[in-house]
Amino acid sequence: MLAMKPEDMQEFEIHQLLEAIYFRYGYDFRDYSKASLERRILHRVQQSDLNSISEMVPRVMHETAFFELFLRDMSVTVTEMFRDPKVFKKLRQEVFIQLKTYSRVNIWHAGCATGEEVYSMAIMLKEEGLLERTRIYATDYNNHSLDIAKKGIYPAEKMQSYTESYLAAGGKASFADYYQAKFGSAKMAESLKEHITFANHNLMKDQAFAEMHLIVCRNVLIYFNPKLQDKVLALFKESLIARGFLLLGDKETIDFSEVKTSFETFSKKERIFRRKMYV
Amino acid sequence: MFEAMVVGVSAGGLHALSGILSCLPLNYPIAILIVQHRHRDSDHFLDEYLNKLSAVRVKEAEPGEAILPAHVYIAPAGYHLLVERDKTLSLSIDPPVNFSIPSIDVLFQSAASCYKNHLIGLILTGASSDGSQGLKTIKEYGGYAIVQAPQTAEVDVMPKAAIELVDVDKIIPLEALGQFLIQDLLNSTVVNGGETDE
Repeated sequence: MLAMKPEDMQEFEIHQLLEAIYFRYGYDFRDYSKASLERRILHRVQQSDLNSISEMVPRVMHETAFFELFLRDMSVTVTEMFRDPKVFKKLRQEVFIQLKTYSRVNIWHAGCATGEEVYSMAIMLKEEGLLERTRIYATDYNNHSLDIAKKGIYPAEKMQSYTESYLAAGGKASFADYYQAKFGSAKMAESLKEHITFANHNLMKDQAFAEMHLIVCRNVLIYFNPKLQDKVLALFKESLIARGFLLLGDKETIDFSEVKTSFETFSKKERIFRRKMYV
Repeated sequence: MFEAMVVGVSAGGLHALSGILSCLPLNYPIAILIVQHRHRDSDHFLDEYLNKLSAVRVKEAEPGEAILPAHVYIAPAGYHLLVERDKTLSLSIDPPVNFSIPSIDVLFQSAASCYKNHLIGLILTGASSDGSQGLKTIKEYGGYAIVQAPQTAEVDVMPKAAIELVDVDKIIPLEALGQFLIQDLLNSTVVNGGETDE
Protein backbone atom coordinates (compact mmCIF):
# COMPACT_ATOMS: atom_id res chain seq x y z
CA MET A 1 0.00 0.00 0.00
CA LEU A 2 3.01 2.29 -0.34
CA ALA A 3 2.20 3.32 -3.89
CA MET A 4 0.70 6.77 -4.14
CA LYS A 5 -2.81 6.84 -5.50
CA PRO A 6 -3.10 8.67 -8.83
CA GLU A 7 -5.33 11.37 -7.38
CA ASP A 8 -2.85 12.16 -4.61
CA MET A 9 -0.12 12.23 -7.20
CA GLN A 10 -2.09 14.88 -9.03
CA GLU A 11 -2.12 17.07 -5.94
CA PHE A 12 1.63 16.63 -5.65
CA GLU A 13 2.15 17.45 -9.32
CA ILE A 14 0.23 20.71 -8.95
CA HIS A 15 2.32 21.59 -5.93
CA GLN A 16 5.48 20.98 -7.95
CA LEU A 17 4.27 23.04 -10.88
CA LEU A 18 3.37 26.02 -8.68
CA GLU A 19 6.72 25.85 -6.91
CA ALA A 20 8.51 25.80 -10.27
CA ILE A 21 6.58 28.84 -11.48
CA TYR A 22 7.27 30.72 -8.27
CA PHE A 23 10.98 29.88 -8.45
CA ARG A 24 11.35 30.78 -12.10
CA TYR A 25 9.04 33.80 -12.52
CA GLY A 26 8.11 35.01 -9.03
CA TYR A 27 4.39 34.52 -9.65
CA ASP A 28 2.96 32.94 -6.55
CA PHE A 29 -0.11 30.83 -7.24
CA ARG A 30 0.44 28.73 -4.15
CA ASP A 31 -2.24 30.62 -2.24
CA TYR A 32 -4.90 30.27 -4.89
CA SER A 33 -8.01 28.20 -4.25
CA LYS A 34 -6.89 24.87 -5.58
CA ALA A 35 -10.10 23.48 -7.04
CA SER A 36 -10.47 26.08 -9.82
CA LEU A 37 -6.72 26.11 -10.37
CA GLU A 38 -6.71 22.34 -10.83
CA ARG A 39 -9.46 22.55 -13.45
CA ARG A 40 -7.57 25.17 -15.40
CA ILE A 41 -4.31 23.27 -15.22
CA LEU A 42 -5.97 20.06 -16.40
CA HIS A 43 -7.53 22.02 -19.23
CA ARG A 44 -4.06 23.15 -20.31
CA VAL A 45 -2.75 19.57 -20.11
CA GLN A 46 -5.54 18.56 -22.46
CA GLN A 47 -5.21 21.54 -24.82
CA SER A 48 -1.45 21.10 -25.17
CA ASP A 49 -1.72 17.34 -25.64
CA LEU A 50 0.32 16.49 -22.58
CA ASN A 51 0.06 13.26 -20.60
CA SER A 52 0.30 14.72 -17.13
CA ILE A 53 0.66 17.91 -15.11
CA SER A 54 4.31 17.01 -14.48
CA GLU A 55 4.99 17.45 -18.19
CA MET A 56 4.11 21.10 -17.78
CA VAL A 57 7.02 21.68 -15.40
CA PRO A 58 9.90 21.62 -17.91
CA ARG A 59 7.79 23.54 -20.41
CA VAL A 60 7.06 26.45 -18.07
CA MET A 61 10.63 26.41 -16.82
CA HIS A 62 12.25 26.67 -20.25
CA GLU A 63 9.66 28.19 -22.57
CA THR A 64 8.53 31.71 -21.75
CA ALA A 65 5.80 31.43 -24.37
CA PHE A 66 4.34 28.41 -22.59
CA PHE A 67 4.38 30.29 -19.31
CA GLU A 68 2.51 33.17 -21.00
CA LEU A 69 -0.06 30.62 -22.08
CA PHE A 70 -0.35 29.39 -18.51
CA LEU A 71 -0.84 32.97 -17.28
CA ARG A 72 -3.62 33.45 -19.78
CA ASP A 73 -5.30 30.26 -18.62
CA MET A 74 -5.15 31.50 -15.07
CA SER A 75 -6.94 34.71 -15.82
CA VAL A 76 -9.80 33.48 -17.97
CA THR A 77 -12.90 34.73 -16.23
CA VAL A 78 -16.17 35.98 -17.51
CA THR A 79 -16.62 39.72 -17.32
CA GLU A 80 -19.08 42.11 -18.88
CA MET A 81 -20.26 45.71 -18.77
CA PHE A 82 -22.49 46.70 -15.87
CA ARG A 83 -22.43 43.16 -14.45
CA ASP A 84 -25.12 43.16 -11.74
CA PRO A 85 -26.67 46.52 -12.73
CA LYS A 86 -28.15 47.01 -9.26
CA VAL A 87 -24.66 47.28 -7.82
CA PHE A 88 -23.76 50.02 -10.27
CA LYS A 89 -27.00 51.79 -9.53
CA LYS A 90 -26.22 51.74 -5.83
CA LEU A 91 -22.75 53.16 -6.45
CA ARG A 92 -24.22 55.88 -8.55
CA GLN A 93 -26.98 56.78 -6.14
CA GLU A 94 -25.19 56.52 -2.83
CA VAL A 95 -21.42 56.35 -3.20
CA PHE A 96 -20.95 59.00 -5.89
CA ILE A 97 -22.63 61.61 -3.68
CA GLN A 98 -19.83 61.07 -1.20
CA LEU A 99 -17.16 61.17 -3.90
CA LYS A 100 -18.48 64.53 -5.08
CA THR A 101 -17.21 66.12 -1.86
CA TYR A 102 -13.62 65.62 -3.03
CA SER A 103 -11.88 67.87 -5.56
CA ARG A 104 -9.89 64.96 -6.96
CA VAL A 105 -10.95 61.32 -6.91
CA ASN A 106 -8.86 58.16 -7.32
CA ILE A 107 -10.53 54.88 -8.16
CA TRP A 108 -8.74 51.55 -8.37
CA HIS A 109 -10.11 48.59 -10.29
CA ALA A 110 -7.95 45.76 -8.96
CA GLY A 111 -8.05 42.73 -11.24
CA CYS A 112 -9.73 44.59 -14.09
CA ALA A 113 -9.31 41.71 -16.57
CA THR A 114 -10.36 42.86 -20.05
CA GLY A 115 -11.70 46.18 -18.77
CA GLU A 116 -15.48 46.02 -19.28
CA GLU A 117 -16.25 47.13 -15.73
CA VAL A 118 -13.73 49.94 -15.94
CA TYR A 119 -15.47 51.49 -18.91
CA SER A 120 -18.82 50.97 -17.20
CA MET A 121 -17.51 52.96 -14.24
CA ALA A 122 -16.13 55.72 -16.48
CA ILE A 123 -19.50 56.08 -18.21
CA MET A 124 -21.34 56.46 -14.93
CA LEU A 125 -18.80 58.95 -13.61
CA LYS A 126 -19.20 60.99 -16.76
CA GLU A 127 -22.96 61.09 -16.44
CA GLU A 128 -22.68 62.19 -12.83
CA GLY A 129 -20.20 64.95 -13.66
CA LEU A 130 -17.37 63.22 -11.81
CA LEU A 131 -15.17 61.92 -14.58
CA GLU A 132 -13.23 65.15 -15.16
CA ARG A 133 -11.85 65.12 -11.63
CA THR A 134 -11.27 61.36 -11.50
CA ARG A 135 -8.30 59.16 -12.27
CA ILE A 136 -9.17 55.47 -12.65
CA TYR A 137 -6.33 53.02 -12.12
CA ALA A 138 -7.17 49.72 -13.77
CA THR A 139 -4.74 46.95 -12.95
CA ASP A 140 -4.28 43.28 -13.65
CA TYR A 141 -1.29 40.94 -13.53
CA ASN A 142 -2.10 39.62 -16.95
CA ASN A 143 -0.68 41.63 -19.85
CA HIS A 144 -2.82 39.88 -22.43
CA SER A 145 -5.99 40.99 -20.63
CA LEU A 146 -4.57 44.48 -20.10
CA ASP A 147 -3.89 44.86 -23.83
CA ILE A 148 -7.53 44.13 -24.59
CA ALA A 149 -8.62 46.50 -21.84
CA LYS A 150 -6.39 49.30 -23.17
CA LYS A 151 -7.73 48.94 -26.69
CA GLY A 152 -11.28 48.98 -25.39
CA ILE A 153 -12.59 47.08 -28.38
CA TYR A 154 -15.37 44.58 -27.75
CA PRO A 155 -17.61 42.45 -29.96
CA ALA A 156 -20.46 44.56 -31.33
CA GLU A 157 -22.98 41.79 -30.80
CA LYS A 158 -22.63 42.21 -27.05
CA MET A 159 -23.72 45.83 -27.13
CA GLN A 160 -27.39 44.95 -27.16
CA SER A 161 -27.27 43.22 -23.78
CA TYR A 162 -24.85 45.82 -22.41
CA THR A 163 -27.36 48.49 -23.37
CA GLU A 164 -30.01 46.76 -21.28
CA SER A 165 -27.65 46.52 -18.32
CA TYR A 166 -26.62 50.15 -18.79
CA LEU A 167 -30.24 51.22 -18.53
CA ALA A 168 -30.87 48.96 -15.54
CA ALA A 169 -27.85 50.56 -13.88
CA GLY A 170 -29.51 53.95 -14.19
CA GLY A 171 -27.91 55.09 -17.45
CA LYS A 172 -29.11 58.58 -18.32
CA ALA A 173 -28.10 59.01 -21.95
CA SER A 174 -27.80 56.64 -24.88
CA PHE A 175 -25.27 53.84 -24.45
CA ALA A 176 -24.41 54.09 -28.16
CA ASP A 177 -22.87 57.52 -27.47
CA TYR A 178 -19.96 55.85 -25.72
CA TYR A 179 -18.65 53.62 -28.47
CA GLN A 180 -18.06 53.56 -32.19
CA ALA A 181 -19.26 50.48 -34.02
CA LYS A 182 -17.20 49.32 -36.97
CA PHE A 183 -16.71 45.96 -38.73
CA GLY A 184 -18.47 43.98 -36.05
CA SER A 185 -16.67 45.55 -33.15
CA ALA A 186 -17.34 48.42 -30.77
CA LYS A 187 -14.55 50.76 -29.76
CA MET A 188 -14.97 52.65 -26.50
CA ALA A 189 -14.75 56.46 -26.68
CA GLU A 190 -11.43 58.26 -26.18
CA SER A 191 -13.10 60.70 -23.80
CA LEU A 192 -13.50 57.78 -21.38
CA LYS A 193 -10.00 56.38 -21.90
CA GLU A 194 -8.31 59.69 -21.11
CA HIS A 195 -9.19 59.21 -17.49
CA ILE A 196 -8.06 55.62 -17.18
CA THR A 197 -4.53 54.43 -16.47
CA PHE A 198 -4.06 50.76 -17.28
CA ALA A 199 -1.10 49.17 -15.53
CA ASN A 200 0.33 45.82 -14.56
CA HIS A 201 -0.07 45.19 -10.86
CA ASN A 202 0.10 41.83 -9.15
CA LEU A 203 -2.04 41.54 -6.04
CA MET A 204 0.02 38.54 -4.98
CA LYS A 205 3.18 40.60 -4.53
CA ASP A 206 2.95 44.30 -5.45
CA GLN A 207 2.47 47.23 -3.06
CA ALA A 208 0.06 50.13 -2.69
CA PHE A 209 0.71 52.90 -5.22
CA ALA A 210 -1.75 55.73 -4.54
CA GLU A 211 -4.42 56.89 -2.11
CA MET A 212 -7.80 55.68 -3.26
CA HIS A 213 -11.31 56.95 -2.63
CA LEU A 214 -12.90 53.81 -4.05
CA ILE A 215 -11.50 50.37 -4.72
CA VAL A 216 -13.39 47.93 -6.92
CA CYS A 217 -12.31 44.31 -6.75
CA ARG A 218 -15.06 41.95 -7.80
CA ASN A 219 -14.82 38.18 -8.05
CA VAL A 220 -11.09 38.13 -7.53
CA LEU A 221 -10.97 37.13 -3.86
CA ILE A 222 -13.06 34.01 -4.53
CA TYR A 223 -10.01 32.60 -6.32
CA PHE A 224 -7.72 33.11 -3.31
CA ASN A 225 -7.30 31.12 -0.12
CA PRO A 226 -8.01 32.91 3.20
CA LYS A 227 -4.35 33.77 3.72
CA LEU A 228 -4.01 35.57 0.39
CA GLN A 229 -7.43 37.19 0.84
CA ASP A 230 -6.21 38.68 4.12
CA LYS A 231 -3.08 39.95 2.49
CA VAL A 232 -4.96 41.61 -0.36
CA LEU A 233 -7.58 43.11 1.93
CA ALA A 234 -4.80 44.57 4.09
CA LEU A 235 -3.38 46.15 0.94
CA PHE A 236 -6.79 47.66 0.15
CA LYS A 237 -7.11 48.97 3.68
CA GLU A 238 -3.72 50.61 3.39
CA SER A 239 -4.58 52.12 0.00
CA LEU A 240 -7.92 53.61 1.01
CA ILE A 241 -8.33 57.07 2.50
CA ALA A 242 -10.28 57.28 5.75
CA ARG A 243 -13.96 56.90 4.78
CA GLY A 244 -12.96 55.42 1.42
CA PHE A 245 -15.12 52.72 -0.19
CA LEU A 246 -14.46 49.11 -1.10
CA LEU A 247 -16.69 47.23 -3.54
CA LEU A 248 -16.37 43.43 -3.66
CA GLY A 249 -18.10 40.72 -5.71
CA ASP A 250 -21.60 39.48 -5.04
CA LYS A 251 -20.51 36.56 -2.88
CA GLU A 252 -17.44 38.11 -1.31
CA THR A 253 -17.10 39.57 2.16
CA ILE A 254 -14.60 40.97 4.63
CA ASP A 255 -16.43 39.32 7.53
CA PHE A 256 -13.86 36.58 8.10
CA SER A 257 -10.75 38.66 7.49
CA GLU A 258 -8.32 40.44 9.78
CA VAL A 259 -9.28 43.88 8.46
CA LYS A 260 -12.91 43.42 9.40
CA THR A 261 -12.76 45.86 12.32
CA SER A 262 -11.33 48.59 10.09
CA PHE A 263 -14.42 48.65 7.91
CA GLU A 264 -18.11 49.22 8.31
CA THR A 265 -20.72 47.72 6.03
CA PHE A 266 -22.11 50.45 3.81
CA SER A 267 -24.44 48.24 1.81
CA LYS A 268 -24.67 44.57 2.67
CA LYS A 269 -26.53 43.39 -0.41
CA GLU A 270 -24.28 45.17 -2.89
CA ARG A 271 -21.14 44.30 -0.91
CA ILE A 272 -19.98 47.86 -0.39
CA PHE A 273 -17.75 48.45 2.64
CA ARG A 274 -16.38 51.70 4.02
CA ARG A 275 -13.09 52.34 5.74
CA LYS A 276 -13.53 53.61 9.28
CA MET A 277 -11.99 56.87 10.40
CA TYR A 278 -9.28 55.95 12.89
CA VAL A 279 -8.75 52.19 12.68
CA MET B 1 -18.98 5.32 5.11
CA PHE B 2 -20.15 8.10 2.84
CA GLU B 3 -19.37 11.68 3.79
CA ALA B 4 -20.99 13.67 1.06
CA MET B 5 -23.47 13.52 -1.79
CA VAL B 6 -23.40 15.77 -4.84
CA VAL B 7 -26.62 16.30 -6.76
CA GLY B 8 -27.08 17.59 -10.30
CA VAL B 9 -30.49 18.71 -11.45
CA SER B 10 -31.92 20.93 -14.16
CA ALA B 11 -35.46 21.31 -15.55
CA GLY B 12 -38.03 19.92 -13.12
CA GLY B 13 -35.68 20.26 -10.18
CA LEU B 14 -37.93 21.98 -7.68
CA HIS B 15 -40.35 19.08 -7.45
CA ALA B 16 -37.63 16.44 -7.36
CA LEU B 17 -35.53 18.22 -4.74
CA SER B 18 -38.55 18.96 -2.54
CA GLY B 19 -39.47 15.28 -2.52
CA ILE B 20 -36.00 14.11 -1.62
CA LEU B 21 -34.84 16.71 0.89
CA SER B 22 -38.06 16.66 2.90
CA CYS B 23 -37.40 12.95 3.67
CA LEU B 24 -34.07 13.52 5.37
CA PRO B 25 -33.90 13.57 9.18
CA LEU B 26 -32.40 16.45 11.16
CA ASN B 27 -29.25 14.49 11.99
CA TYR B 28 -28.62 13.13 8.50
CA PRO B 29 -24.93 12.21 8.63
CA ILE B 30 -24.07 13.15 5.05
CA ALA B 31 -23.40 16.61 3.59
CA ILE B 32 -25.28 17.41 0.38
CA LEU B 33 -24.14 19.75 -2.37
CA ILE B 34 -26.49 20.68 -5.17
CA VAL B 35 -26.16 22.28 -8.57
CA GLN B 36 -29.56 23.29 -9.89
CA HIS B 37 -29.41 24.93 -13.31
CA ARG B 38 -31.29 28.22 -13.19
CA HIS B 39 -31.27 31.75 -14.47
CA ARG B 40 -28.31 33.88 -13.45
CA ASP B 41 -30.49 36.49 -11.81
CA SER B 42 -32.33 34.00 -9.60
CA ASP B 43 -32.81 35.09 -6.02
CA HIS B 44 -32.87 33.10 -2.80
CA PHE B 45 -36.25 31.50 -3.45
CA LEU B 46 -34.86 28.01 -4.04
CA ASP B 47 -32.75 27.65 -0.91
CA GLU B 48 -35.32 29.40 1.31
CA TYR B 49 -38.17 27.28 -0.02
CA LEU B 50 -36.27 24.01 0.35
CA ASN B 51 -35.06 25.00 3.80
CA LYS B 52 -38.63 25.53 4.97
CA LEU B 53 -39.76 22.06 4.02
CA SER B 54 -36.62 20.21 5.18
CA ALA B 55 -35.43 19.14 8.60
CA VAL B 56 -31.82 19.45 7.47
CA ARG B 57 -30.42 22.95 7.00
CA VAL B 58 -30.59 24.14 3.39
CA LYS B 59 -28.55 27.22 2.42
CA GLU B 60 -26.76 28.92 -0.41
CA ALA B 61 -23.10 27.88 -0.61
CA GLU B 62 -20.63 30.54 0.50
CA PRO B 63 -16.96 30.65 -0.46
CA GLY B 64 -14.59 29.31 2.19
CA GLU B 65 -17.40 27.64 4.12
CA ALA B 66 -16.62 24.30 5.83
CA ILE B 67 -18.80 21.44 4.58
CA LEU B 68 -20.85 19.90 7.40
CA PRO B 69 -23.07 16.83 7.68
CA ALA B 70 -26.83 17.42 7.83
CA HIS B 71 -26.34 20.53 5.71
CA VAL B 72 -27.45 21.10 2.14
CA TYR B 73 -25.49 23.62 0.08
CA ILE B 74 -26.96 25.05 -3.10
CA ALA B 75 -24.71 26.57 -5.77
CA PRO B 76 -25.49 30.28 -6.12
CA ALA B 77 -26.94 31.36 -9.46
CA GLY B 78 -24.22 32.52 -11.84
CA TYR B 79 -21.32 30.82 -10.04
CA HIS B 80 -19.63 27.45 -10.32
CA LEU B 81 -19.50 25.58 -7.01
CA LEU B 82 -16.38 23.57 -6.23
CA VAL B 83 -15.04 21.51 -3.34
CA GLU B 84 -11.54 22.12 -2.06
CA ARG B 85 -9.43 19.22 -0.80
CA ASP B 86 -9.75 20.49 2.77
CA LYS B 87 -13.53 20.04 2.48
CA THR B 88 -14.42 23.68 2.16
CA LEU B 89 -16.49 25.28 -0.58
CA SER B 90 -15.27 27.61 -3.27
CA LEU B 91 -16.93 29.54 -6.07
CA SER B 92 -15.74 30.66 -9.47
CA ILE B 93 -16.90 32.68 -12.44
CA ASP B 94 -14.89 30.63 -14.90
CA PRO B 95 -16.53 30.26 -18.32
CA PRO B 96 -19.67 28.09 -18.50
CA VAL B 97 -19.19 24.33 -18.88
CA ASN B 98 -21.80 22.53 -21.00
CA PHE B 99 -23.33 26.00 -21.47
CA SER B 100 -23.96 26.04 -17.73
CA ILE B 101 -22.82 28.10 -14.79
CA PRO B 102 -23.09 26.59 -12.27
CA SER B 103 -22.11 23.36 -13.99
CA ILE B 104 -22.78 19.93 -12.53
CA ASP B 105 -19.57 18.51 -14.00
CA VAL B 106 -17.49 21.17 -12.25
CA LEU B 107 -19.00 20.34 -8.85
CA PHE B 108 -18.85 16.58 -9.36
CA GLN B 109 -15.26 16.50 -10.57
CA SER B 110 -13.89 18.68 -7.78
CA ALA B 111 -15.88 16.73 -5.16
CA ALA B 112 -14.61 13.43 -6.56
CA SER B 113 -10.96 14.31 -6.09
CA CYS B 114 -11.68 15.45 -2.54
CA TYR B 115 -14.03 12.74 -1.21
CA LYS B 116 -12.91 9.90 -3.48
CA ASN B 117 -14.75 6.70 -2.43
CA HIS B 118 -16.71 8.49 0.27
CA LEU B 119 -18.82 10.34 -2.28
CA ILE B 120 -22.20 9.71 -3.82
CA GLY B 121 -23.19 11.32 -7.11
CA LEU B 122 -26.87 11.72 -7.97
CA ILE B 123 -28.28 12.86 -11.30
CA LEU B 124 -31.91 13.96 -11.39
CA THR B 125 -34.33 15.34 -13.96
CA GLY B 126 -33.09 17.76 -16.61
CA ALA B 127 -32.82 18.72 -20.27
CA SER B 128 -29.03 18.74 -20.52
CA SER B 129 -26.14 16.33 -20.58
CA ASP B 130 -24.26 18.27 -17.93
CA GLY B 131 -23.24 15.96 -15.08
CA SER B 132 -22.54 12.79 -17.05
CA GLN B 133 -18.80 13.41 -17.23
CA GLY B 134 -18.76 14.35 -13.57
CA LEU B 135 -20.59 11.18 -12.58
CA LYS B 136 -18.04 9.20 -14.56
CA THR B 137 -15.23 10.88 -12.65
CA ILE B 138 -16.92 10.01 -9.35
CA LYS B 139 -16.92 6.35 -10.40
CA GLU B 140 -13.27 6.55 -11.40
CA TYR B 141 -12.43 7.73 -7.90
CA GLY B 142 -14.36 4.83 -6.37
CA GLY B 143 -17.51 6.74 -5.51
CA TYR B 144 -21.12 5.63 -5.84
CA ALA B 145 -23.33 6.68 -8.76
CA ILE B 146 -27.11 7.01 -8.61
CA VAL B 147 -29.47 8.20 -11.33
CA GLN B 148 -33.17 8.99 -11.10
CA ALA B 149 -35.15 6.49 -13.18
CA PRO B 150 -35.77 8.38 -16.46
CA GLN B 151 -39.45 7.39 -16.62
CA THR B 152 -40.00 9.19 -13.28
CA ALA B 153 -38.20 12.35 -14.40
CA GLU B 154 -40.07 15.44 -15.58
CA VAL B 155 -37.42 15.70 -18.29
CA ASP B 156 -35.48 12.51 -18.96
CA VAL B 157 -32.58 13.83 -21.06
CA MET B 158 -30.14 14.22 -18.21
CA PRO B 159 -30.75 10.88 -16.45
CA LYS B 160 -30.62 9.10 -19.83
CA ALA B 161 -27.34 10.79 -20.79
CA ALA B 162 -25.80 9.74 -17.46
CA ILE B 163 -26.96 6.13 -17.78
CA GLU B 164 -25.64 6.04 -21.32
CA LEU B 165 -22.15 7.21 -20.36
CA VAL B 166 -21.65 5.79 -16.88
CA ASP B 167 -21.80 2.33 -15.38
CA VAL B 168 -24.14 3.52 -12.63
CA ASP B 169 -24.66 1.65 -9.36
CA LYS B 170 -28.36 2.30 -8.96
CA ILE B 171 -31.28 3.63 -10.99
CA ILE B 172 -34.08 4.62 -8.64
CA PRO B 173 -37.59 6.01 -9.19
CA LEU B 174 -38.08 9.47 -7.71
CA GLU B 175 -40.60 8.33 -5.12
CA ALA B 176 -38.16 5.74 -3.73
CA LEU B 177 -35.12 8.00 -3.64
CA GLY B 178 -35.71 9.53 -0.21
CA GLN B 179 -36.15 6.14 1.38
CA PHE B 180 -33.03 4.82 -0.32
CA LEU B 181 -30.97 7.71 0.98
CA ILE B 182 -32.02 7.26 4.59
CA GLN B 183 -32.17 3.47 4.76
CA ASP B 184 -30.11 1.51 2.27
CA LEU B 185 -27.33 4.02 2.09
CA LEU B 186 -26.93 4.44 5.85
CA ASN B 187 -27.38 0.78 6.72
CA SER B 188 -24.44 0.13 4.43
CA THR B 189 -26.32 -2.47 2.43
CA VAL B 190 -24.66 -0.60 -0.37
CA VAL B 191 -21.44 -2.27 -1.37
CA ASN B 192 -18.74 -0.12 -2.84
CA GLY B 193 -15.23 1.16 -2.27
CA GLY B 194 -16.55 3.23 0.59
CA GLU B 195 -16.27 0.27 2.93
CA THR B 196 -12.68 -0.59 2.34
CA ASP B 197 -11.06 2.46 3.79
CA GLU B 198 -7.78 3.91 2.60
